[in-house]
Amino acid sequence: MQAFLGQLLIGLINGSFYALLSLGLAIIFGLLRVINFAHGAQYMLGAFFAWLLLSHFGLGYWPALIIAPVAVGLVGAVIERTMLHRLYTLDPLYGLLFTFGLALTIEGTFRYLYGASGQPYATPAALAGGTNLGFMFLPIYRGWVIVFSLVVCIGTWLVIEKTKLGSYLRAATENPVLVQSFGINVPFLLTLTYALGAALAALAGVLAAPIYQVSPLMGSNIIIVVFAVVVVGGMGSIMGAIVTGYLLGVAEGLTKVFYPEASNIVIFVIMAIVLLIRPAGLFGRDA
Amino acid sequence: MTLTLDIEKPKEKSPVVVQTVFLGIGLALLILAPMFFYPVFLMKLLCFALFACAFNLLLGYTGLLSFGHAAFFGGAAYFTAHTVKEWGLPPELGILVGVAGAAFLGLIVGYLAIRRQGIYFAMITLALAQMFYFFCLQAEFTKGEDGIQSVPRGHLFGFIDLSQSTNMYYFVLGVFVIGVAIIWRIIHSPFGMILKSIRENETRAVSLGYSVRNYKLAAFVMSAALTGLAGGVKALVFQFATLTDVGWQMSGEVILMTLLGGIGTLIGPLFGAGLVVTLQNYLATSEFPVTIITGLVFMVCVLVFRRGIVGEFYHSRLGRKLGFEHRQ
Repeated sequence: MQAFLGQLLIGLINGSFYALLSLGLAIIFGLLRVINFAHGAQYMLGAFFAWLLLSHFGLGYWPALIIAPVAVGLVGAVIERTMLHRLYTLDPLYGLLFTFGLALTIEGTFRYLYGASGQPYATPAALAGGTNLGFMFLPIYRGWVIVFSLVVCIGTWLVIEKTKLGSYLRAATENPVLVQSFGINVPFLLTLTYALGAALAALAGVLAAPIYQVSPLMGSNIIIVVFAVVVVGGMGSIMGAIVTGYLLGVAEGLTKVFYPEASNIVIFVIMAIVLLIRPAGLFGRDA
Repeated sequence: MTLTLDIEKPKEKSPVVVQTVFLGIGLALLILAPMFFYPVFLMKLLCFALFACAFNLLLGYTGLLSFGHAAFFGGAAYFTAHTVKEWGLPPELGILVGVAGAAFLGLIVGYLAIRRQGIYFAMITLALAQMFYFFCLQAEFTKGEDGIQSVPRGHLFGFIDLSQSTNMYYFVLGVFVIGVAIIWRIIHSPFGMILKSIRENETRAVSLGYSVRNYKLAAFVMSAALTGLAGGVKALVFQFATLTDVGWQMSGEVILMTLLGGIGTLIGPLFGAGLVVTLQNYLATSEFPVTIITGLVFMVCVLVFRRGIVGEFYHSRLGRKLGFEHRQ
């Protein structure tokens, strides 16, 4: 029982990262029709910025939680404006290949500068320690990650579903030409969307920094799993991406209890099963 | 839709003649190459070139971007290395086992992946290949992080000693030529025409009564099998099989080779592989990581050089004069 609940918790934490990352992927894909392979690299950048802010400027976790996503979002905006936007008229596969190259470049650069080994990042003092829930010991920081990522996911969903800006985004997803003819600056929306997606990835990176080590390879390890999550969920729905992220994280955690050897492939197995039964994905609209 | 009659214009030079001349020169160069270059380097190049050509059968001629071809390449390397070293099979049979294993893997991955299209296809192949990577990491016979080492090259057909690097080189060259000939035959057959029609307009191909799924799956399995041929030979050349060959980076590399050389050209991947392998050799001794260069080349290619080297040549005035045609 102890092990079960413990793994459930770890599953929920992994699920938080899967949800945040697949949410960003889904937002970018929805509007830009680009699968952002650099999402993992942007996640790694977020964690690295947090670490650099701490080690070079003495800025701790809380400033980093804001500065790192904003910085990565800005970098994303520049990349979109200067390069990525040239690819919208081409086959979407080129967007995937371009962002793949981008991911390799970013990862390679950080590996060159900081080495492949991980850097520890201390848990912020306010969230250190743990609390005894009676049936298990919960490190406060992990509880914080779960709660905070849930808030961010639901907040993003609300922005997209309930606000004016969100309605423009959804309209531009359906028919960009029509939306542009209403005088809405669609190219700016595209830049904003890519920046937002990159910032979400960076936010996940900062959240991950105290749990996993900050390493140049942390992004590519997670991005392939997130792709599988996205295939399972189908990218048609924002909520679908979030729910699938948590569900698969938990499924992975539970597998660690019952059959540890399969824990790092269980998500891929689930993906294969979903493809056999429901090829469009659990929440997908496209066949 | 405008109705145009496509009348064949008489060309000044028959492209067949030009192509035969090019082919002859190319073959002569490859036969003479070991006199000028280090044979292992050339063999590596040919293995990767065959790998990229096989990959291009799928991307360039069927329009399917697989991000998981490393599974077939590295998988075949493991199968060949294991059967030759542990079971004592002769090299030709070991390679056949590698090819069969890769084809089988291709059948499973392809069957699942063709259920979705475009970008999803790429992501599914990547995820399934990663699953195979984890399998190789944990399986007994792959020897985990160490890989299968000191694989004997053995005697081809029982009498050609492959431990001699000259013999090995001509064996690899023979395999490469056969592999490319098979690919040439596939894309110039009625079957290949149907693949191209799927690439151009899948819905149309369906409405013409072709069962697109079966054709895609067949193309996928053929590409996987030929990739397995390259992987099996590579295991014998280097006498080891490791996790590097099944990692996602390898899948990325083969995409780069194809993109750089020219997607949808028969010999483009050979040039792409040549450039990438040379670059890797050149940077192997320096501290500078190859991934930065690889990534930058990727970005530049996608932005401004989508036709690739051979595609650009075909498209150039000289290329068109010589009777080559290339569709972007």
